[in-house]
Amino acid sequence: MTQAPNGGNHRASADGTSHRLSPAAIATLELLAPRYANREALLLPALWLVQDEFGWISEAAMQHVAEVVGVSPVRVLSVVTFYHMYHEQPPGRYNVQVCHNLSCSLLGAEDLLARLHARFGVGLNTPTADGRFMVQRVECLGACEHAPVCQVNDAFVFDLTPEKLESHLDALP
Amino acid sequence: MSEPILSRNFGVPGSHRLATYVERGGWRTFRKALAMPPEQVVGEVKKSGLRGRGGAGFPTGMKWGFLPPTDKPIYLCVNADESEPGTFKDRYILDLDPHLLIEGIVITCWAIKSSDCFIYIRGEYESSRRILQAAIEEAYTAGYLGPNVDGKGWRLDVTLHKGAGAYICGEETGLLESLEGKRGYPRIKPPFPAVVGLFGCPTIVNNVETIAAVPWILEHGGEAYAAIGVGKSTGTKLWCVSGHVAKPGLHELPLGEPFAELLRLCGGMRDAGRPLKAVIPGGSSVPVLTAAEAMAVNLDYESLAAAGSMLGSAGLIVMEEGTDMVRALAVLTRFYADESCGQCTPCREGTSWVNDILWRLVEGAASPPDLDLVQGLCDNMLGKTICVLADAMVLPVRSFLKKFQPEFEAAMARSRARSAAATHA
Repeated sequence: MTQAPNGGNHRASADGTSHRLSPAAIATLELLAPRYANREALLLPALWLVQDEFGWISEAAMQHVAEVVGVSPVRVLSVVTFYHMYHEQPPGRYNVQVCHNLSCSLLGAEDLLARLHARFGVGLNTPTADGRFMVQRVECLGACEHAPVCQVNDAFVFDLTPEKLESHLDALP
Repeated sequence: MSEPILSRNFGVPGSHRLATYVERGGWRTFRKALAMPPEQVVGEVKKSGLRGRGGAGFPTGMKWGFLPPTDKPIYLCVNADESEPGTFKDRYILDLDPHLLIEGIVITCWAIKSSDCFIYIRGEYESSRRILQAAIEEAYTAGYLGPNVDGKGWRLDVTLHKGAGAYICGEETGLLESLEGKRGYPRIKPPFPAVVGLFGCPTIVNNVETIAAVPWILEHGGEAYAAIGVGKSTGTKLWCVSGHVAKPGLHELPLGEPFAELLRLCGGMRDAGRPLKAVIPGGSSVPVLTAAEAMAVNLDYESLAAAGSMLGSAGLIVMEEGTDMVRALAVLTRFYADESCGQCTPCREGTSWVNDILWRLVEGAASPPDLDLVQGLCDNMLGKTICVLADAMVLPVRSFLKKFQPEFEAAMARSRARSAAATHA
């Protein structure tokens, strides 16, 4: 797996022709292949590689993954749509995922979401006009001792208040 | 407690590094295990009474014993898809003592005669995945994993597989489907994974915390482990405490300690003016306990069952007086409605219907038959689906409705009053 953050540099193109895995990513995948009894099992790892490289998974990328893994494109689509973390549209540069399950909700998750709505003026799952932020409500992130929590891309931010969350976002590069 | 088993390295600087783990006595017990016949290792785990820490509490040694004689590869799948609301124990092991898990994997694979282990880690635990991947690479470099484990002429490969956001993949057959590159639809059982599992081969699926207990059991013996705890609840357990306590956090305790003691370790309630109202003791999928029930219960499998709940994943969500139980339940039903995989109609439809009704109650827009409808929907879900996700919603729903009935009736009265006001406006 590459170490590029989710929602990093998008190399989207209108015709989708650039949405092919880099030679390095293909090499990573082929290194992994002997561990699995068949190539179909490479589907989730391949989709992660796509998302790490492009920030999201376009239809062109799904077609490409279908060829690489050796399944039909509709099988790839069925998997992409099943899992919450695969983006079928470009997310913002910073994807702010606020947990709204019980432990976080008891300690103010709704206040965080209200503050983010006021700040960005866009709904959930919609990037801001400048493409910088997107807000998602997500289920339990497994850090309930630090509730309320969020993840910005793949990094946890713990023990939040609306003020603390805003200053965290202000400090992002 | 005398000696922590799972959390002993948590406070040590650099505890995730191989060198630190070795300094603390790690990567030693596996040599003792590898010098034993595999059946003897299984025997020690059977003697220990260790039970699965993922939620079901099934005896681990017995599960291993279900593997049939086979010419096929045998797989170990470690379930690190920790997603049960209120649960965060496996994250501590992954972040702070990954080598304990990996040494447990080596011993377990030797015991079940497996050369291929997959660790299925939830996609949201990306920072933990990086720590664990680095630890796996250290173990390969040290020769504890790879084509010739510790010079014994035995191959063992461990592959870290990243999930992509689906609670259902924590269900063991949903996990296997996901590993095979499919939607995480749970399979009909039997056959159980021990017989037909990953890629059609015999497979053992164990939780992270279960595997992490194995090195101690082999080091000290199954009987020593069984001497800790109470009755059939042997050993120690990681308890995850969140909600309205002064100091939320993780605590390792021998099974059988009183809930009151755990609450004390968490500094009691966060607000002295708001006493305890309710506790969900085992992750969101178990029945809720009232304050009186919780303060009288001991934390072990049998005592929690006798109190009408379950130990589950040991994620305790503590709620103070003043908590809106109608809203709390609606937050939970939203989770099950979001996470139902959609395969079985009673669950796909039932979770959404119950969730819609709960939010109507919260918003004062319910109609009088709605509470009866919830009960009817629950009747049509419990025990009627391939996996237990539907049951996992029914148990909290029924317990909330029963134990906090006046709040639900008051919510219905608010709906009625609002509807009447609208009619007369």
